[in-house]
Amino acid sequence: MAPYLLKRLISLVLSLLAASVVIFLVLQVVPGDPASYMLGMNAQPETVEALRQQMGLNEPLVWRYLTWVGGLTHGDFGVSYTYKVPTGELIAQRLWVSLPLALYALLLSTLIALPIGILSAAKRNSAADYGIMGVTQLGIAVPNFWFAMLLVLLFSITLRWFSAGGFPGWNAGVFVALKALTLPAVALALPQASILARVMRSSLLDTLSEDYIRTARAKGLTRGQTLVRHAVRNAMIPVLTIIGLQFSFLLAGAIIIENVFYLPGLGRLVFQGITQRDLIVVQSVVMLLVFAVIVITFLVDIAYAIADPRLRSRAR
Amino acid sequence: MSVGSLPDERRGLVGAAFQSKSFALGFALTALFILAALLSFLWTPYDATALAVADKLKSPSSLHWFGTDHFGRDIFSMIMVGARTSIAVAFVAVGIGIAAGVPLGLWAAAKQGSLVDEVIMRANDLVFAFPALLIAILITAVFGPSAINAIIAIGIFNIPVFARLARGAALTLWTREYIFAARVAGKGAVRISAEHILPNIMNLLIVQGTIQFSLGILADAALSYVGLGAQPPTPSWGRMLSDAQTMISLAPHMALFPGAAIVLTVLGLNLMGDGLRDIFDPKLRRSRS
Repeated sequence: MAPYLLKRLISLVLSLLAASVVIFLVLQVVPGDPASYMLGMNAQPETVEALRQQMGLNEPLVWRYLTWVGGLTHGDFGVSYTYKVPTGELIAQRLWVSLPLALYALLLSTLIALPIGILSAAKRNSAADYGIMGVTQLGIAVPNFWFAMLLVLLFSITLRWFSAGGFPGWNAGVFVALKALTLPAVALALPQASILARVMRSSLLDTLSEDYIRTARAKGLTRGQTLVRHAVRNAMIPVLTIIGLQFSFLLAGAIIIENVFYLPGLGRLVFQGITQRDLIVVQSVVMLLVFAVIVITFLVDIAYAIADPRLRSRAR
Repeated sequence: MSVGSLPDERRGLVGAAFQSKSFALGFALTALFILAALLSFLWTPYDATALAVADKLKSPSSLHWFGTDHFGRDIFSMIMVGARTSIAVAFVAVGIGIAAGVPLGLWAAAKQGSLVDEVIMRANDLVFAFPALLIAILITAVFGPSAINAIIAIGIFNIPVFARLARGAALTLWTREYIFAARVAGKGAVRISAEHILPNIMNLLIVQGTIQFSLGILADAALSYVGLGAQPPTPSWGRMLSDAQTMISLAPHMALFPGAAIVLTVLGLNLMGDGLRDIFDPKLRRSRS
């Protein structure tokens, strides 16, 4: 286990370094000077120069990169050009919307997908199986933001069960806040659940054809017992990997969905940052999300290796 | 899915393809949208960019089959022209992925275990680690929103997909005897890759290309929905949906039709991809379905 862990740790650090260099460099080629952007059209050249000096924009590229990365390691993302407050604070506020939304969606997606996938595999080639496969095939093709609009049309405008958008904040009470996140979470969750259900089904079908399943049946277990005690447990390993990966998709997908529901999350922050050319905000949010994705992938890999020892020796 | 009916040898691949219901349905849907896109160059019921404020927000009728939007533009015509944009963006993005990814993958496989292989595969891992949509947003944010930048952003993420696929498939082929024979005959790695490996992994590339095509359509829709794809007045499906969003209680048809167009195209491509995979690999079909 130790050599595998070490190898994965090194590649984790390298990925993070490479990602930070790419994100840093991409934003260096942006035309326009942030300092003059902050001060507006009529600023004196000396004032702009002073601000450039203060923001460290006159330092060499490598030095600026190192300062940025150094700041990141203790949560200092730099100061937002437009809000003039630390970007870290902005992100922390918005994270209180995006993170619960992604977790809520992940929970829904898992709760829906696993039973459906198991049912589909257990009743293979039945009407239920064909129905589930058909619906999930459709679910994969639906863009989540369009699905979100359909949900608004049905549940907010026609039935008036949910508000069409906005977020009252966690201070308004957990139930009220969760209710505001429900439609966005469903919109995010269902397309992902379609993928997850199909993965669950094919993984379980693979497991069901293994020899130890036949052995379990031969020693007298019923079909249901075999399914629960042996098949599902083993089939869960690849499914867990996908769940891990889906969390990062959901976090990134939240960026789009937040726009449909006017939620004050990271997504709104990014798009405001883009229109106001507040690139330090864009850079920080993207870095944070990429960081989250890389770390989650790493954790999933480790969990996988713990669950399935065969993988450690096979690892490149 | 017709289980048990193996492709009839005499009818060949094309006949076998249409034996599969999912392939036939997928092919029909895909062909419908490609034809609509091609037809839009010659004819659309109305000019897709012409504003007619007097006719705004009309519900579907015999005059305007899918109704009109808030500027009085004909939605049916906009969907036809929008198909052009979506298909072009996704198609070129897949092209980028194949053109760059396949040679990289073949190169890595030919030099298996070497530094080149290692560098190519680690770079691939890195691109995979980025949430595609996020980096597409970053690229279009920096270089400005346009269809070209959307193509590049989506295309970059297709490169590792095809590189990985090509490498994996090529690695198994390199152990085959006929490759060994070609090496004995004095052919170099480049010629072997081009003459013997590439034709043998074509099936896989076509299937994956279809899947990536559908993902490209979805990615393009998301990017243009947030305003980072093709710019107005060029109609695009994603932008039509973002216009529809503010009007959803007044004119739900503005949201329904472009969204349905996206779903049907993506569904068509996915079904076609699945169908092709089953046809190319009947063994897989029997074990999977």
